[in-house]
Amino acid sequence: MWKLYVAALPANGWNWIAVWRRNYLAWKKVALASILGNLADPLIYLFGLGAGLGMMVGRVDGVSYIAFLSAGMVATSAMTASTFETIYATFARMRAQRTWEAILHTQVTIGDIVLGELAWAATKASLAGTGIGVVAATLGYTEWVSLLYALPVIALTGLAFASLAMIVTALAPSYEYFIFYQTLVITPMLFLSGAVFPVNQLPSAFQHVTRVLPLAHSIDVIRPIMLGSPLVNVGLHIGALCCYAVVPFFLSTALLRRRLMP
Amino acid sequence: MTGNGRVLRQEAENQLSDREMAQEAPRRLEPSPFEWKDQTGPAVKTAIPGAIPTVAIDVASVTKSYGDKPVINGLSFTVAAGECFGLLGPNGAGKSTITRMILGMTTPGTGEITVLGVPVPSRARLARMRIGVVPQFDNLDLEFTVRENLLVFGRYFRMSTREIEAVIPSLLEFARLENKADARVSDLSGGMKRRLTLARALINDPQLLILDEPTTGLDPHARHLIWERLRSLLARGKTILLTTHIMEEAERLCDRLCVLEAGRKIAEGRPHMLIAEKIGCQVIEIYGGDPHELSALVSPHARHIEVSGETVFCYAFDPEQVRVQLDGRAGVRFLQRPPNLEDVFLRLTGRELKD
Ligand SMILES: Nc1ncnc2c1ncn2[C@@H]1O[C@H](COP(=O)(O)OP(=O)(O)OP(=O)(O)O)[C@@H](O)[C@H]1O
Ligand SMILES: [Mg+2]
Repeated sequence: MWKLYVAALPANGWNWIAVWRRNYLAWKKVALASILGNLADPLIYLFGLGAGLGMMVGRVDGVSYIAFLSAGMVATSAMTASTFETIYATFARMRAQRTWEAILHTQVTIGDIVLGELAWAATKASLAGTGIGVVAATLGYTEWVSLLYALPVIALTGLAFASLAMIVTALAPSYEYFIFYQTLVITPMLFLSGAVFPVNQLPSAFQHVTRVLPLAHSIDVIRPIMLGSPLVNVGLHIGALCCYAVVPFFLSTALLRRRLMP
Repeated sequence: MTGNGRVLRQEAENQLSDREMAQEAPRRLEPSPFEWKDQTGPAVKTAIPGAIPTVAIDVASVTKSYGDKPVINGLSFTVAAGECFGLLGPNGAGKSTITRMILGMTTPGTGEITVLGVPVPSRARLARMRIGVVPQFDNLDLEFTVRENLLVFGRYFRMSTREIEAVIPSLLEFARLENKADARVSDLSGGMKRRLTLARALINDPQLLILDEPTTGLDPHARHLIWERLRSLLARGKTILLTTHIMEEAERLCDRLCVLEAGRKIAEGRPHMLIAEKIGCQVIEIYGGDPHELSALVSPHARHIEVSGETVFCYAFDPEQVRVQLDGRAGVRFLQRPPNLEDVFLRLTGRELKD
């Protein structure tokens, strides 16, 4: 069994690129619609909440509410873009479109496919996160150069959430199950991680939960970068995101091997 | 097992040599468009004896259950390099399951599988580098064009864009899709899709092709075109493992075949040998009357009778007498013909029982 698991892991460091390029080619055909789709939701949040609540809230942690919120929205849009790509689009490629079946008939392994899909989801997350960042920078809520520093963290956030979502994809019998992940994990995470309001506004019991959430780790790095405030515990936050990216990868590869190679 | 293995190998070698004698002229209906490969010629001809494995696939006592339902049951067979080996059997017999196992996509419960000299599933990836697959259900990328499908698939074999672009024209020509290169796959007919899948399976210039029902659902013209393409591949020394429900396909293409039922092998051999062995007499198909009455009427002159729906299949050692019995009966129509593989299949898998 162990031997078969090892055979399912990535065969080498570059097979995944072929999978990534397949997705890129498919995306290129619908790029405009896809970009708009990925940006619309967080932008609506940004301006809706930012303008509306901003007036009532005034300043948060020494900056305007909309600047505070924009940093949260960069991380959040990376989270949702990569989650949705992995649960819906990847699931379609695995099941209805039989894309994975075709790939598995070549020398590419399940691990290679998973890696390629994660890298692809992280790419889309980076696009979405950067898109919000560009809007924020254009409106003067952040410096352009800060955005550049934030980019690797945005990508890592995408990778971590894709990796987590891959477990859901590996286990879900059908699309209907994804709604549970969305409503029970992703949406609460948005409110518990300090994306729309500071974590210290939460009851203290919840603040303990916050400490382990990947989105919270992501925001704790992205926000100081974007707002130019001092970074604390960067190593811890990046380390936590790396764990969220790596551990679920091995787990989902094992689950997918069991599912696809009965 | 070792002794048995040697016998099989010997058998495989024999098959190879009489194939070589038999195949040349009839198989090459026309010059192959695949000139890029033909330069070296089929591997079997240039090889020093013993230098290449003469056994392409060796399946030894394989068993597989899903839950407590056995799907493959002590199955063994060997496919020699360069031959076309057919797997027949009713729906659910386990044909796709065994092809998946050969690809390392499903793990056998017990037994050993060796493909192109490599143990499977543990090192299946190595074997898959030299295998081309046409799956039972199309899995082309529908949103891509024909050319893009080939391009994307070649990359899975670590070919560079330039390498892939160099072979695309000959693959398109092979699949007779030259003027469809930039058409979206979703706009192709079923036959074109199937041909594209076949061309895609050739992109890594495989030694072994695994074709799971390559012509199911195609019209006769599309089917004949695929058969002709497959024959040209055999002429170039490719090994083919073919599953099919189309008996004519098996009879035309396969050097040997194996009939499965409920995961067991119930017959194996060359098509004409199986026909001679299992039927060995003329067949008269009779319909247009009460089938039970008709079968009672002709049974004294028949070796064996099968009734399927409204048709009586009479395997007649004395066809003259059967015809005499039937002549002049109002509304009864009949047709006498030589036996074929369909008769073997029906005979072996039990017409009334299954369908
Ligand atoms: N993943 C699976 N889990 C449970 N049962 C399965 C699975 N895959 C196949 N089976 C069962 O195994 C049996 C053999 O299936 P298989 O697809 O190999 O048959 P087949 O000979 O290819 O049939 P067909 O001619 O319809 O393609 C069937 O009864 C099928 O229901
Ligand atoms: Mg099948």
